[in-house]
Amino acid sequence: MVEFTINGQRVQAEKDTVVLEAASAMGIRIPTLCNHKALEPYGGCRLCMVEINAGGRRRVVASCLYPVAEGIEVITDSSRILKIRGHILELLLAREPESPVLKDIAREMGLVQTRFKTNSALKNGKCILCGKCVRVCHEIMGVGAIGFVNRGWRRHVDVPFEIRSEVCMGCGACEKVCPTGAINAAILCDQEIRKIPDEYDMGLRPRSAAYILYPQAIPRKATIDSCNCVHLNTGKCRVCEKFCDAGAINFKQQEEKIDIDVGAIILAQGSDGFKANIRGEYGYGRYRNVITSLELERILSASGPFEGHLQRLSDGKQPKKIAWIQCVGSRDRNKGNPYCSAVCCTYAVKEAIIAKEHAAEPIETTIFYMDMRIYGKRFEEYYNKARDEYGVCFIHSRVAEVREIEESKDLILRYEDENNVKEETFDMVVLSVGLVPTEGSKELAGRLGVELNEYGFCKTSDFTPSATNIHGIYVAGTFKEPRDIPETVMQASSAAAEAGILLAEARGSLVTHKEYPAEIDVKGQEPRIGVFVCRCGINIAGVVDVPGVAKYASSLPGVVCVEEKIYVCSQDSQGLIKEKIREHNLNRVVVASCTPRTHEKLFQDTIREAGLNKYLFEMANIRDQCSWVHQNEPEAATRKAKDLVRMAVAKVRLTESLYPGLLKIKQGGLVIVGGLSGMTAALTLADAGFKVYLVERETELGGVFRRIKYSLDGTNDPQQKLRELVERIRQHENICLYTNTVISSVEGSIGNFISTLSSNGKDETIEHGIIIVANGASELKPTEYLYGQDKRVMTQIELEERMADLTTVTPANAVASMTQLELEERAADSRQLSGVRSVVMIQCVWSRQPDRVYCSRICCQQAVKNALKLKEINPELEVYVLYRDIRTYGFKEAYYQKAREKGVIFIRYSTDNKPIVSLNNGGLSVDVIEPLLDVSLKITPDLLVLSSPIVPDNQEMSKLLRVPLGPSGFLLEAHMKLKPVEFATEGIYLCGLAHRPKTRDESISQAQAAASRAATILSKNELELDPALSFVVDANCDGCAYCVDPCPYKAITMVEYMRDGAVKKTVRVDEAKCKGCGVCMATCPKKGIYVRHFKLEMLSAMVEAALQQN
Amino acid sequence: MSNEFEPIIIAFCCNWCSYTGADLAGVSRLQYPPNIRIIRVMCSGMVHPNLVIDALTKGADGVLICGCHHGDCHYLEGNLKAESRADAIGLMLEDFGLEPERFRLEWISASEGPKFAQVMQEMTMAIKQIGPSSFRTF
Repeated sequence: MVEFTINGQRVQAEKDTVVLEAASAMGIRIPTLCNHKALEPYGGCRLCMVEINAGGRRRVVASCLYPVAEGIEVITDSSRILKIRGHILELLLAREPESPVLKDIAREMGLVQTRFKTNSALKNGKCILCGKCVRVCHEIMGVGAIGFVNRGWRRHVDVPFEIRSEVCMGCGACEKVCPTGAINAAILCDQEIRKIPDEYDMGLRPRSAAYILYPQAIPRKATIDSCNCVHLNTGKCRVCEKFCDAGAINFKQQEEKIDIDVGAIILAQGSDGFKANIRGEYGYGRYRNVITSLELERILSASGPFEGHLQRLSDGKQPKKIAWIQCVGSRDRNKGNPYCSAVCCTYAVKEAIIAKEHAAEPIETTIFYMDMRIYGKRFEEYYNKARDEYGVCFIHSRVAEVREIEESKDLILRYEDENNVKEETFDMVVLSVGLVPTEGSKELAGRLGVELNEYGFCKTSDFTPSATNIHGIYVAGTFKEPRDIPETVMQASSAAAEAGILLAEARGSLVTHKEYPAEIDVKGQEPRIGVFVCRCGINIAGVVDVPGVAKYASSLPGVVCVEEKIYVCSQDSQGLIKEKIREHNLNRVVVASCTPRTHEKLFQDTIREAGLNKYLFEMANIRDQCSWVHQNEPEAATRKAKDLVRMAVAKVRLTESLYPGLLKIKQGGLVIVGGLSGMTAALTLADAGFKVYLVERETELGGVFRRIKYSLDGTNDPQQKLRELVERIRQHENICLYTNTVISSVEGSIGNFISTLSSNGKDETIEHGIIIVANGASELKPTEYLYGQDKRVMTQIELEERMADLTTVTPANAVASMTQLELEERAADSRQLSGVRSVVMIQCVWSRQPDRVYCSRICCQQAVKNALKLKEINPELEVYVLYRDIRTYGFKEAYYQKAREKGVIFIRYSTDNKPIVSLNNGGLSVDVIEPLLDVSLKITPDLLVLSSPIVPDNQEMSKLLRVPLGPSGFLLEAHMKLKPVEFATEGIYLCGLAHRPKTRDESISQAQAAASRAATILSKNELELDPALSFVVDANCDGCAYCVDPCPYKAITMVEYMRDGAVKKTVRVDEAKCKGCGVCMATCPKKGIYVRHFKLEMLSAMVEAALQQN
Repeated sequence: MSNEFEPIIIAFCCNWCSYTGADLAGVSRLQYPPNIRIIRVMCSGMVHPNLVIDALTKGADGVLICGCHHGDCHYLEGNLKAESRADAIGLMLEDFGLEPERFRLEWISASEGPKFAQVMQEMTMAIKQIGPSSFRTF
């Protein structure tokens, strides 16, 4: 190390450091154009001139070449230097007066314009001859494709003899380093720069060979793409190494093979988008403004290539009229896949809405569809909103062809509408591409012996939706079947549940606990604060004057120790922090570096290792909020950094040691009602080794599932499965079954529930740690279409029962509970079925309309299943299905196609002209208008089957458990996508039809998922509660109860007690329910309740500190 | 240093969305004026109206509360509570003779780095236009 001064300040630097580097490390800015960290010093632009006094000899040198030496004085801003720099800049400006870089420097130096004339004969005018491009090509890339040509004012960068170079490898380094954008490799070298497409942005922008996968990647670490890295391919370059101050670049890293012993495997490799160019008639790949839905997704994203601005790829202009074409690669036997991709209709509606929101000027959006399959929870409402509020236009037609208009790059769509061929022009077309198995999935499945279905997805069965054919290998996500986020999240938990059962014995055996020293009691001590300021290489120090901030920090009240480090997060710095805590008896620590979101845990762990409570800590974010966002304002950034440190110190002074509460968990779970979901959840928990109380209000288990006689694929007998499930429940040693029982009360919270069960007038109290609600639902009894007035009108489930009776109901095998009269009635019903020649089914009965908005999701498949069964009983029978959209999503599409092949006739109707059912001479008569053909049809069926929706019955359960209901009366989960089986109230989970209509395999998945989430609680003996929760200051609380209702978790209750002979009202916080959001704190007028670690006085102290001047 | 008015603006940012959005603005190197001082809170619904009024009457030139978009609140509906309080804060500003522009409520998600930078830019410009707070003593 050598010691010297810069502008009078004493500094130290490594020997051989040049003056420019040493000054920049101190935050002193010296202008330069030719200097580059990866290149040898060059001294080309001369802008970095400084004055040196070495042993009394004063001279002017280029700071990028001059090495520091012991005792020298460096002056960077003397009037002499400023004058020299001014001259040089004027000469440069004369070459290129409009260069933005030069103009910026001129503005900084207060120079208005150059006195010299510009020579109009100059070649490649933008060039300022800094030589970076020439040097990078030669020195770094070892190519030397370009060089300087001529002398004096004719000097310029070119290829030798002006012959286009063949040695150029198209790496683009010359363009990258050029400060003025003068270099164009395509012209000089006849070589397009090889752009590496950013996979995350669907190739819409390039990335480097050293890159971070995407902003939210975990871990958020850079990787080197060995196919595109110049060094790994030619042995040259190594520029990234010079820029990485942490020394993290390792070119020798090799692929490693790691053996791991596991007890179960979960396959979740997802799916890919369909390759849109296969549908050549839509012009993807040929027409710039035809894009895929995934590309639009990136365009609309705030972190995408255009920062969320909606624009066309051909010209960057905002489109005015966008068309979406649905089913590209889906429901397409010719060029794509026969199955439905299940998610595209919903995402197209979403994209149309977001595009409208992002567009600066109003835009028209049109979706061309076959059936709008928007069947998820609350999706129908969303679809209606898109149409009615946002004005998204929906056209029921398959687009035949897309053509480009050459000049404008607009697109003409040809499609058929109401029997006419129409053409319409759009300026952007989005192809809603379907999902296909990933490329490697076939090979992986082959290696594991996992069976795939005919489409290349993982084969599963209805009753074990997450299990593959190999015991111990499970599947989650879209590798099983195309599906949306809530469905994949549920299934992921379901696969985890299956694995959890298999690993029940080994649970917890690989967990190790870290030991910490006993904590120092800091109560009552004056704050002794240590501040650690990070340079983050040059990320902070390059802009912020870090020594200045450190010096300032030491002047703040309570600060007894300040350290400055190049990386405070490095291993050795953790040692330093611990050492300083001991040396100075620190009782509070502040780190001024980056964001607490990524680094708070690390530092908290460090201070714990030195015996301090982790809450005696605060961070000042002087990188993300300072150096990175005020790069051109070093002084202001430094002032702000000081302010941020002062604010952090102000808060940390007031922090207190906090200790997590420990909550003993009562073992056992309560599962409410024993339908298919309840039974599955109970068995999943019980198989994983947990005690279960299964409570059913009826005599028999099974719920609505008892009425299901057939499966869609016809491979298994649901009633046989039901008998097996009931038998397993009755035999299971971990399950206490209560039938004919209702729950009269539930008290307590997560880990500690106490419930009262009532059966035949007798009460029993049970204690349990969690609750799973599987309240079920039922098929609505319609009130229209002559239902209840004519025996020939029935619901889909009733039809299913009659078809089953036709083959099974004889007095000999009658169900024991059925009376003779019932038996005769049902036998008569099924005889009625045997003489039938024609059946009409009406879909969406009393659903998808204003007074019951939701789509019941399963009725379309139910109709297809029953239609197929009818055709099986009597192939001559005529079956008509009157529908609005056939929603046989996913692989169920195959049965819809099969039904059509078997001759089932599907007729669309619109809500404006609903079918009319009447009696005509004692016979049923159905009139329907087909909207596309606009013809009226009359059918006289023998039977009319109504697809009636699933309706919930959750009112009482909602009151009993204090859990919310959605607008349609279904149970409302904590988060539609990310927490689909949890309630906001911890410890209570939901599944099955009470949540929304769903298929059998979806019910099973969700039940397993609920059990899986519940097991995360039951698998522990104690639960650690985050201590940063609400705390009542009884002395201040006057019991006004303002905070009770706003609490989103219903964690606050009013209490009264006797104090000094009078009733004192106050509130109490249930810490098991509270999450520390602080809504109560902000509501309280009396400072009667606060959130620990975010006390009002802490926030006030930060405000006050922010308003002080440094 | 120039004598141009440099306002001090305090931004309460919720931990889950807006603070993360500020981080993304940083990671993306989006430049915005250095007048903002961020205070991290767990939820926008945690910010007591008195805290805002105190800040303004002690000399802050502007205060922002930034939270998650509707439906995205980590605590279900803390942001809705912040929204209803914002109306009350607006009324209180009048009582103190403060311009309504000095307080703003904004929804900024974790992925909206550009929006964060833009809001900070807009707020700073707006405050620069109306000038220093009448409560400012420094």
